[in-house]
Amino acid sequence: MSASNENGSRSGQRAGVFDVRQVIAALFVLYGLICTLMGLFGTSSQEIDQAAGININLWSGIGMLIFAGSFILWGWLRPIVVPTDSESESS
Amino acid sequence: MHVLAQEQLRLDAGPVDYVLLALYFAFVLGIGLLARRSVSSSLDFFLSGRSLPAWVTGLAFIAANLGAVEIIGMSANGAQYGMPTMHYFWVGAIPAMLFLGVVMMPFYYGSKVRSVPEFMLRRFGKPAHLVNAISFAVAQLLIAGVNLFLLASIVNVLLGWPLWVSVIIAALIVLSYTGLGGLSAAIYNEVLQFFVIVAALLPLTIVGMIKVGGWSGLVDKVSTQYGANELSAWPGNELTGFGSNFLSVLGIVFGLGFVLAFGYWTTNFVEVQRAMASKSMSAAQRTPIIGAFPKMLIPFLVIIPGMIAGASVQEMMVFKQTGEGNVEYNDALLLLMRDLLPNGILGIALAGLLASFMAGMAANLSSFNTVFTYDIWQAYIVRDRPDSYYLNMGRWVTVGSTVIAIGTAFIASGYSNLMDYLQQLFSLFNAPLFATFILGMFWKRMTPAAGWSGLVFGTFASLSVFLMAENEVLDLPGQGASFVGAGAAFVVDILVSVVVSLATRPKPAAELVGLVYGLTPKEERTASNTGEDAGWYRRPALLAGIVLVIVIILNIVFG
Repeated sequence: MSASNENGSRSGQRAGVFDVRQVIAALFVLYGLICTLMGLFGTSSQEIDQAAGININLWSGIGMLIFAGSFILWGWLRPIVVPTDSESESS
Repeated sequence: MHVLAQEQLRLDAGPVDYVLLALYFAFVLGIGLLARRSVSSSLDFFLSGRSLPAWVTGLAFIAANLGAVEIIGMSANGAQYGMPTMHYFWVGAIPAMLFLGVVMMPFYYGSKVRSVPEFMLRRFGKPAHLVNAISFAVAQLLIAGVNLFLLASIVNVLLGWPLWVSVIIAALIVLSYTGLGGLSAAIYNEVLQFFVIVAALLPLTIVGMIKVGGWSGLVDKVSTQYGANELSAWPGNELTGFGSNFLSVLGIVFGLGFVLAFGYWTTNFVEVQRAMASKSMSAAQRTPIIGAFPKMLIPFLVIIPGMIAGASVQEMMVFKQTGEGNVEYNDALLLLMRDLLPNGILGIALAGLLASFMAGMAANLSSFNTVFTYDIWQAYIVRDRPDSYYLNMGRWVTVGSTVIAIGTAFIASGYSNLMDYLQQLFSLFNAPLFATFILGMFWKRMTPAAGWSGLVFGTFASLSVFLMAENEVLDLPGQGASFVGAGAAFVVDILVSVVVSLATRPKPAAELVGLVYGLTPKEERTASNTGEDAGWYRRPALLAGIVLVIVIILNIVFG
């Protein structure tokens, strides 16, 4: 196995096509942004009272953004690797 | 489940909620399109080309089961029975999932069969295969219809859309992504759905908990209103309907935990298919074990909100104490959403509920597809065609089965009790399957004739118990009857299989390599632990041990 190829990954090519982690992260970035904005600007004090005094939109929004961030980080640290057939067996 | 039709359940969803809902559907369809690119053979379509990583298949394994019955049904049980409902997860799922991963998966994955009925075909021959394939296919179609109907009736109640509009829209969405991307699309969507469901239920649980004053507040409210029985999982007499504590514990452990759960989790192709799609033996074994981690924690997001609803939502409290009012236990989660969630997070909660129902239906369709195409069409009707024929066939089967599911959904809308019965009947059919499988995997002497006769008589036994309980010959309220029925099916199946085996001729040992424990070399049923399967945290048995310890601790803490 070669030490690195042109793309800089170690044991094969990065699959740039489809990583479900990025899709999940994308949805949660959008969800997190919408909920955070709702929490900051769109939630009435009556709604906050109804939800036991918590601004649940704001907190869930922040939570979802953190979750999305962790998925992006995971995808970035451990990209999907498609083994390149000719060299993967030989090491 | 009844048709929810009360005005008081209508949520006032705002524009933001619809935007969130629309975003979710856009992503679901996008995944279908993306997954389509990777489909070039029938194996890609039906088994994702056996290429998925274990965390993906593990979450899909759980999400496929996290359908309407689980979310609405288990929160209803939580509102009605309280903590004993936990048994459906900790006793009724975890041990069976671990057993599937550690003991049975090496035979399913190692033998390279493409479906559970195909394993039956190779182990026991055609009669057992046909019985298994046809009953599974019919059950999946009917259950897909039930899921579709439940989805539509929830949309109808919550948002006020007409029933038929939501039936058709939901069916078209599920059809477009399963038809395009096959099992990969279904599995990737199940993973997305899992996270959306958690994002929907977690805030609801947290707000609900704070509303009732934390754990101690919930304990106070439940014990003063309904008694302390509802706060401990064992012995669960209310749930089983047994008066004696000993029988109740025995019913839960043997009936629910052993026969029912093992029958469902280890032989149901909807579940096993997800593990078969993974990329190595080790990943296949880890699939149900990884799934067991979230499975242990889901009850906190489903049963606890149910209990909170039972102890704090006005209509629910009146209904539980007097049996009056026009709500039902099934409404527990919806009432809590209505009372607590503001616009914004409400839209996510709606997306989560729809996600859960669509996950259920897509799982039914994708497993039906595979069994119909491989086990019925290719095995008995049109053989020996090129692979592209069966890939194309699979797409059309998806269309056909969606149309049938729409039909079933409309039948279900007229006879909701009938569908309850049907689902119960199929669960009866599941009970003896496990007996046949486990005996067949470990006893090489078991013969083809024993394979089908054990199934037939076992089903007959559970059916008799079911009918006796229905006609009140046996007096078992609660879930006791199904536990006893499953136990009877198991015992009868084993007895018949042993007797028939001793009187008939077994298959030659050479044909059973890879299918039976004693005849499969150890290397063939051991997962590799090098390369992508290296590391202690990827060892199936060790992971299973960790899950087991956590489950025992949970049982002690909440017992």
